[in-house]
Amino acid sequence: MEHPPRRHQVIDLDDLSTEEIEEILATTESMKEVLSREIKQVPALRGRNVVNMFFEDSTRTRISFELAARALSANIVNFTARGSSVEKGESLIDTVRTLQSLGADIVVIRHSQSGAPYLVARHFQGAVINAGDGRHAHPTQALLDLFTIRERLGQVRDLRVVIVGDIVHSRVARSNIWGLTRMGAHVTLCAPPTLLGPSQHWLATWPNLTISHSLDEAIKGADVVMALRLQKERMQAGLLPSLREYTRAYGITPERLAQIGEGTLIMHPGPMNEGVEISPEAATAPNSVIEAQVTNGVAVRMALLYRLAG
Amino acid sequence: MKDRKQILTADDIRRALVRIAHEIDERNGGLHDVILVGVPRRGVPLAERVAAAIADFEGVQVPVGQLDITLYRDDLRTRGPAALIGKTNIQPDLTGKAVVLVDDVLYTGRTVRAALDAIADLGRPACIQLAVLIDRGHRELPIRADFVGKNVPTSRSERVMVHLREVDDVDEVVIERANT
Repeated sequence: MEHPPRRHQVIDLDDLSTEEIEEILATTESMKEVLSREIKQVPALRGRNVVNMFFEDSTRTRISFELAARALSANIVNFTARGSSVEKGESLIDTVRTLQSLGADIVVIRHSQSGAPYLVARHFQGAVINAGDGRHAHPTQALLDLFTIRERLGQVRDLRVVIVGDIVHSRVARSNIWGLTRMGAHVTLCAPPTLLGPSQHWLATWPNLTISHSLDEAIKGADVVMALRLQKERMQAGLLPSLREYTRAYGITPERLAQIGEGTLIMHPGPMNEGVEISPEAATAPNSVIEAQVTNGVAVRMALLYRLAG
Repeated sequence: MKDRKQILTADDIRRALVRIAHEIDERNGGLHDVILVGVPRRGVPLAERVAAAIADFEGVQVPVGQLDITLYRDDLRTRGPAALIGKTNIQPDLTGKAVVLVDDVLYTGRTVRAALDAIADLGRPACIQLAVLIDRGHRELPIRADFVGKNVPTSRSERVMVHLREVDDVDEVVIERANT
């Protein structure tokens, strides 16, 4: 049996080699089989303590990490900033040291500040998994998206993937651009100029990347169309004229759903603003894999927790 | 330099598996409730070959499954996680069945211990039996095999390697010792 070098953190996909990503996706498949059993639990992480440290609201990421840890027989504790000593002014570093002293083996952190997981990793001797930090990265989302695409389409290499929406504020977009191009897909970013971000820099960084301001053009021949959540406060900030105009230009409307082929996957990381970036018809279409993304999230997180539990 | 000695040829392996197939048949008084379960990697082709041997002389197709035990191992802390986990594919209802675990080498017994735990999570068979191609001794747990292809006395410093066509392109069992 082969054992990879010990790994202590997954903060973004740029931490991982192509080979490691392949191994994690293969392990995810085995974890998915465990979740299909009557007893959805294996003893691999028995007696380990996992702390879910969430400084920002989350439903699916937090719960799927919790289910993943339990399916591996680890103990899991949920920490939320609200009601904790953070409200009394305890710093992130002190909080992490406290968790260390309490016996945490793995910390899963979600934080609104980009880079917070790096700070945690510097002050924590166990393993650290980033569950989303500011605009920076959301590696477990990108891995579950890679897994879902491969599960449905058989491969990622050479696929044409459109990511549409609020790219500049999106950690999901950033991790997915990295993961998808790394695994050989061609990625088209589609967004209004105000929500695109440093496109020249990105074009220079990723050879498989193109940029489009027309969704109707971008979806022609696409294998995957991934819509991002539009945060409504962006409109108040003056980045968008109106939601209706945004939907007309960049939403997956019923008209665009009809243009997209039936074999083209429709994805969304959630939570959705139905009727804004995606219509209810598109979200529930037969080629929508949005629910599969959520389901696969548990198996992907099991694979990562196992990988980090050396 | 390593000293390498062949202890079983392709023909020896074939004969051993046919004998094990007959013993499984005898022990279980017919085969209607028998399931062969291979432990990846090399237990799986071995289980398939035993099933093929049974089909040859009894005309009965015994179901074959596979059971990966990586997530049941007790050495995660010392050896770290495995790069890859094998597949588990076993029929859902084991109640009343005679499960015959098949593996290539029986050594410390820890793999079998893990497999027993894994089966307990999957169902409640009437009994579990163990078939191995090689028993090399040095048990660390109170476990023994029901069907053995060949008992091979070894020292702990030696390595026993089973090579099978399906995995290694050749059928043979070799024993390797470091020349000091």
